[in-house]
Amino acid sequence: MKMKLLSRAGFAGLFICAAALFAACSESNTATETTVVVETTVSEVAYPVTAGGITLDAQPMRIVSLSPTHTEMLYAIGAGDQVVAVDEYSNFPAEAVALGTKLSGYEPNVESIAGYEPDLVVISYDPGNLVEQLNALDIPVYIGNGASSLEQAYEQIEQLGALTGHLDVAVQLTSQMQTDIDAAVAASSASATAMGEPITYFYELDNTYYTVTSNTFVGQIFKLFGLENIADGVEEGNDYPQLSSEVIVSSNPTMIFLADTKCCAQTPETVSVREGWQKMDAVVNKNIVQLDDDIASRWGPRVVELVKSISDALALVAAGN
Amino acid sequence: MLRATDNFAPRAGTRVAYLSLVSFALLTIAVLVGTMIGPAGPQWWRVPIELANRLPLITVDSGVSPEEWNIVWQIRMPRVVLAVLVGAMLSVAGASYQGVFRNPLVDPYLLGVAAGAGLGATLVFTLRRSATENWLIDPLPLAAFVGGLVAVFATYMIGNTFSKARSSATLVLAGIAVTSLTTAVQTFVLQRNNDVVRQVYSWILGRLSSATWGDVRLILPYVVFSCGVLLMHRRLLDVLRVGDDEATALGMNIRRVRLTVVLAATLGTAAAVAVSGLIGFVGIIVPHTVRLIVGSSYRRVLPMSILCGAIFLVLADIPSRILADPAETPIGVVTAFFGAPFFLLLLRVRKNQA
Repeated sequence: MKMKLLSRAGFAGLFICAAALFAACSESNTATETTVVVETTVSEVAYPVTAGGITLDAQPMRIVSLSPTHTEMLYAIGAGDQVVAVDEYSNFPAEAVALGTKLSGYEPNVESIAGYEPDLVVISYDPGNLVEQLNALDIPVYIGNGASSLEQAYEQIEQLGALTGHLDVAVQLTSQMQTDIDAAVAASSASATAMGEPITYFYELDNTYYTVTSNTFVGQIFKLFGLENIADGVEEGNDYPQLSSEVIVSSNPTMIFLADTKCCAQTPETVSVREGWQKMDAVVNKNIVQLDDDIASRWGPRVVELVKSISDALALVAAGN
Repeated sequence: MLRATDNFAPRAGTRVAYLSLVSFALLTIAVLVGTMIGPAGPQWWRVPIELANRLPLITVDSGVSPEEWNIVWQIRMPRVVLAVLVGAMLSVAGASYQGVFRNPLVDPYLLGVAAGAGLGATLVFTLRRSATENWLIDPLPLAAFVGGLVAVFATYMIGNTFSKARSSATLVLAGIAVTSLTTAVQTFVLQRNNDVVRQVYSWILGRLSSATWGDVRLILPYVVFSCGVLLMHRRLLDVLRVGDDEATALGMNIRRVRLTVVLAATLGTAAAVAVSGLIGFVGIIVPHTVRLIVGSSYRRVLPMSILCGAIFLVLADIPSRILADPAETPIGVVTAFFGAPFFLLLLRVRKNQA
């Protein structure tokens, strides 16, 4: 009896010792590499460079991008040759697709990422400890959270420009974007005022009527044109509400923007056969605009194309009246 | 003197010691294999050589570069160690719950710890966007831990309010009620913040891919303490097997034992869930398999569950890493794939036994 107890105690003790040994052996690595210093240094391409909260000692030549938006930004500022791997959803530009890599930004496999020996990893959100794990391998990580305004989008482009050594191209790009957007908005202000009353719109995220309010990045772009979103104020505190069909039909928006053409195969035809939607102004006047899901959900350089789509659609609406 | 009856031959002690040794050896092998296999890093056969090299008195050239070793040590090792801890904890908690509730289909999430932790995690994800970016302590494991404990506390309070006898059936029903309520609240919160749905879903599926040494240090004390307490009570669980009335007649305070076991198991499970999400099936498959090998006595089932649970999760983490390379397969999916055929097998074995 005593022997058995001893052996049991010995076994338990051994297990506890092993566990303690594991813990003791683990290297204490709580280094927090990211200093919260947000400054875009407008200097020459001289390293080290600090931007977006990280510091790089040399120009990064092996960039891994896990964010489709930032992939577009990187290629637009001329850093495309420095990119070695992108994630599975980076489907623009064609050079990024040609890389043939399919990393995951949502369920990142840190070992695979590290296998590319990157000297900079660009992400748009941290699914859990990713920054900490990459920092433990001494890999700097740039986090570009979802922009909530055009200014933030420009800031991210310029930060990436500073980090990759293409700041001048980045600054040029953002000012060009600004000019193009301003021009498109100005050209449409005539169309908007020609209507008399403010134009209302419904922005469709998916075919179960999830939509966005004007507080979101996309919503703010529509606001530039003076368009009114029927989802504003519908549900306090929720920027991505799900509207019911009745609410949409009774609001009778002038325009409908479909951002679910790729994901859910929605077209003006499918919209016009929905129950109760046939008499809506937008359906009758055929003011249903198909947007590219990707362009409408990213905050990169192709935002200009979104703006131009809206501007063109507005011109049609005005012409139709 | 309480003696649990067991139905083994007189040389049971030796057989169990032998099985423990084999399990321990298997665990060591599993840990080694787990450290060797991965989508990047050094070639698999170099890893044990480098491990030997890192031991104090041995120097051997393994051809592994410091960067490659960094991947193994900083990324893979914490994963494997976490798999050992979480696998062991979930298995022993599952076995203990099965003992307390005298029901073989019980898993450690029965009393609502999973739903509570899920709600805690959801709340953190919805708030995290603005409020908690620069907190010193990572709020996610904390919220999941607290959420799990609060849910079980609520279950216990409800169970006690509605039944003076504090029978196990009432507790189970209370657990279902609390789970349903917490899940409903979680769904509501998610619906109002559906930009974080993907992150929450990913957390719920359970993952070891975000394991760091910090996570290991975080849950080690809870797991060790919890396993220790449960191991101390394993003979008492055997006594509980004979029934409430008989156990009381034998001089055992069933309310106290039940409370202690449930508390310890919940504490450990909440800690495990806090860092790894909701990994399912481990708490059911492993205790059952262990019973098939060593019999139903909790004196043997609990320690063996610890070892076998660790082995199971370490091995399950390997396909999780390499199946969808370069993405991750959530480990909950891998264990679920094992779960379905396992239950079919169990049905077949029981059918043959009957």
